[in-house]
Amino acid sequence: MPESSSNPQEPALSLNGVALGYGDFTVLSDISMQAHAGQVVAVMGGSGSGKTTLLRAATGQIAAQSGTVKAFGQDVDAQSPAGLRALRQRMGVLFQQGALFTDLNVFENVAFPLREHTRLDEAAILERVLAKLDAVGLRTAAHLKVAEISGGMARRVALARTVVLEPELILYDEPFAGLDPISLGITARLIRHLADQLGCASVLITHDVAESFAIADQVYLVGRGRLAASGAPQELKASQDPYVRQFLDGAPDGPVAFNYPDTPAFEAWLARQPGARAARGKQEDRK
Amino acid sequence: MSFISALGARALGIVSGVGDFTRFLVALLARSGIAVRRPRLVSQQIHFIGNYSLLIVAVSGMFVGFVLGLQGYYTLNRYGSEEALGLLVALSLVRELGPVVTALLFAGRAGTSLTAEIGLMKAGEQLAAMEVMAVDPLRRVLVPRFWGGVIAMPVLAAVFSMVGILGGWVVGVLLIGVDAGAFWSQMQGGVDVWQDVANGVLKSVVFGVAVTLVALYEGWHAQPTPEGVARATTRTVVVGSLAVLGLDFLLTALMFGG
Repeated sequence: MPESSSNPQEPALSLNGVALGYGDFTVLSDISMQAHAGQVVAVMGGSGSGKTTLLRAATGQIAAQSGTVKAFGQDVDAQSPAGLRALRQRMGVLFQQGALFTDLNVFENVAFPLREHTRLDEAAILERVLAKLDAVGLRTAAHLKVAEISGGMARRVALARTVVLEPELILYDEPFAGLDPISLGITARLIRHLADQLGCASVLITHDVAESFAIADQVYLVGRGRLAASGAPQELKASQDPYVRQFLDGAPDGPVAFNYPDTPAFEAWLARQPGARAARGKQEDRK
Repeated sequence: MSFISALGARALGIVSGVGDFTRFLVALLARSGIAVRRPRLVSQQIHFIGNYSLLIVAVSGMFVGFVLGLQGYYTLNRYGSEEALGLLVALSLVRELGPVVTALLFAGRAGTSLTAEIGLMKAGEQLAAMEVMAVDPLRRVLVPRFWGGVIAMPVLAAVFSMVGILGGWVVGVLLIGVDAGAFWSQMQGGVDVWQDVANGVLKSVVFGVAVTLVALYEGWHAQPTPEGVARATTRTVVVGSLAVLGLDFLLTALMFGG
């Protein structure tokens, strides 16, 4: 594990008045949040609410439009390439689809960070990789090719790879999406266990209410381009904020419209369609 | 006016494309230390890329040799100098056909697989994952493949020429009946190690750099969608093949023109 140079009181990840987006387009604005060592923080929100954008900002893949993103007390956007690499070595990221290297087998995927960042001998690598695979229940799948394992297994292998260097901050992008109930429960417990055992800060990007409320210490709810609510799971459960209620209850009616808003670009596109008149007629009827 | 601006935009696009391509080459060369520190990464790629192309290169070399034997015999026979068949076959292969045809086959076989592999790694977020693991994908993924391709190409071109000469021998000597002693001794006397063989090797190294670089560049810049990867793969063959033929003319003019 890389030497920690930061103050233990300092949050592993902190965002202060951050606005994020691509080009001129702003996805999220005025986001402030913190994740401390040993804490599991869930960032929740609907699809397209900008959760993954938040994760990309934490890893320095995109720069904040305003505000500061700090990892281990250091401004991520102000880093040199070498500084950013040093920060990233202390983080682990679990990608939504796992992002396993398809030219390597399961064992080599998990061993990859060790081979790149440590000088461990083969015996130590074997021991450590098998221990991590054991933790996700896939010790005996070490020899398989990535193409030979199921999607759920691939996610568990990716989780083993994420934690093999025992990072101080782990970012999980939708760790529960597409998992069967058993894998889902195991993954959730594993995330909590890792945070308790390694004392790492964990940030979950998710929209799975039940599992994340069960393991999170702090929940941030993003929606409508900003931070809609934050607090401990119990606080949010008791909240009467209409957005929080709609999200937690999964209600179709509320502050968030289910239908994508109409735009002039859509109207112009529709007018150009060969069956435009008929379609427009039907739309009028629907209204 | 719009025609002029379109023309200008196209010219600017080409110039910036060449600049981008050159910067890509420089970026790969600047990170090439890993090829020395971890030679196993490169040897894996040589094995991978070389194995992929070996069969197609050898079979093509054989048929090109057969054809050279036949065509060469009928032309030389008119002048009564069919003993020079060995020399003709060897020079054609070593100087020209070996490096050029191998490079064209390489672009179609190994080049496309390199482009598709890199493009799909990008689409599957594998390159982004590597980046957030503080591993530079240019250094870890592209550099070993680049040197693997550059080293494999001259070896494949040598295999092509060797099999081609044997093909020419089978047709010329075994089937048509050209004198075996004349076939080999003319070749031995007429092919110069530096002027012919070394120049041929140099050509294949240049083609290796060009084709592998085009393949990696296209994969690296591919749109991370099935359509984007398909387009990039096609561009690898088109751009790689044209680059080989254009460079071949330039190199031939420089090497043998004077």
